[in-house]
Amino acid sequence: MYPDGTEALSDISIRITHGESVAVVGANGAGKSTLLLHLNGFLKPSSGSVRIGDYPLTKETLQEVRRTVGMIFQDPDDQLFMSTIQEDVAFGPFNLGLPRDEVDQRVADALERMGINHLRDKPPFRLSAGEKRRAAIATVLSMTPDIMVLDEPTTGLDPLGRRQIITILREFTHTKIIATHDLDLVLDLCARTIVLHQGRIWADGQTCDIFRDEALLHECHLEKPLSMQGCPVCSAGTPED
Amino acid sequence: MSEIARSLHELNAMDTLAGKDSPVHRIDPRAKVITFVVFAGCVVSFRKYEVSALLPYFLFPAVILPLGRIPMGFLARKVLLVLPIAVLIGIFNPIFDRTVLFSVAGLGVSGGMVSFTSILLRFVLTVVAALMLVAVTGFNGICATLERFGVPRAFSVQLMMLYRYLFVLTAEGVRMSRARELRSVGRAGTGLRDFSALIGHLLLRTWHRAQRIHMAMLSRCFRGEFFLRRPMRLGSADIVFTLAWSSAFIVMRLVNMPQAVGRFLLEVFP
Repeated sequence: MYPDGTEALSDISIRITHGESVAVVGANGAGKSTLLLHLNGFLKPSSGSVRIGDYPLTKETLQEVRRTVGMIFQDPDDQLFMSTIQEDVAFGPFNLGLPRDEVDQRVADALERMGINHLRDKPPFRLSAGEKRRAAIATVLSMTPDIMVLDEPTTGLDPLGRRQIITILREFTHTKIIATHDLDLVLDLCARTIVLHQGRIWADGQTCDIFRDEALLHECHLEKPLSMQGCPVCSAGTPED
Repeated sequence: MSEIARSLHELNAMDTLAGKDSPVHRIDPRAKVITFVVFAGCVVSFRKYEVSALLPYFLFPAVILPLGRIPMGFLARKVLLVLPIAVLIGIFNPIFDRTVLFSVAGLGVSGGMVSFTSILLRFVLTVVAALMLVAVTGFNGICATLERFGVPRAFSVQLMMLYRYLFVLTAEGVRMSRARELRSVGRAGTGLRDFSALIGHLLLRTWHRAQRIHMAMLSRCFRGEFFLRRPMRLGSADIVFTLAWSSAFIVMRLVNMPQAVGRFLLEVFP
């Protein structure tokens, strides 16, 4: 609920189990980012509750929940605020109170996993959009979260950068919750899709079933993923002489 | 590159310098801060007509700059940028203080000229030392030192946040200024009205951006504590660094070295 009384989300009831990969799709303003902000305790529901694993999300469990849920924001520039990538990746583990050796190990592992070890001493502003995105994911990976929440992970990336992010996310075997407009990414990564429209859940089910439902997609201002639309050149038939 | 973009670049360059590895970078931040305080204290404590006794203090940057791998030109540009402030402070001295103190080749040098030169020298020395300190310690290191010296954590974290906010403010300023320049076709826009709208928007944009960054920090369990890339460890090398330089500064303060050397040379070669 916004301060002016507008309802951003209502009647939301979702259960996501361990290891699931779930997409949250919807038009602009449907409430995707707002929903994600509830998972990390930045926003609190005006009624009802949020449970992460065994913990209900309360003031007392907030730190544990934030360790469990790794949040990757839409704009990597918001996520990278230290002087170098290495410091940024170490920020979370240090706050967890880990010893320096352990922090160094986690930083090395996260950078290695994202393939950005060579960028460790670079300031974030020197990086390309794709590198920034990978660095932002590394900042969360170093905290070894059980759940990864990503808001628009492929926005602003070139095709190769996008493909690299998809490959990396596929390797993360824990729970993934991805809010995105990139429906082809959803096809690649998420077996389950939740469609939000006007702050409510419009559909929740198997990704393939949802993307076949053209009426639902049209109603929620969405389109079939490009890979399901068929080739426009082939379907046009043989050109006449 | 616009002026704001250049400022952002230079601000980032300071951070990049602080991330280098050199013998000076490896000195404990506390040792460097104490040394800097002694240096600045000695330099500003000279009487207003002192010039020659200030010259040996240039030995400090002359040693630390190459050791810390800080480019001289980069620092010189920064000093030139703030030099007008010192000029403004001392510019009227030669006008008001015309007492001739000594003559060089028959030309009288007034007290105002001497005190003006002294102000400039002290300004350059302290600004160079302050920039040098940030470039070899990093802002986080300085704030952590302040905390170790008893400054309340709320204050030091506030200072660090303010420093990071400078980056946010400048980055947003660059975007807005670019958008304005592209549509103002080389003209200044509609003056004050444009400017006030821009400033208002800038504040709101940086506010929102700062909120998002704060959220990103909280989501990584930030609890009001910043960590240093090098752990603070006061070793014998750090103590030697502080003691050696501090003693040298105090000796330079008590003995006018150029005069002493001059006197010695005159005795040896009368």
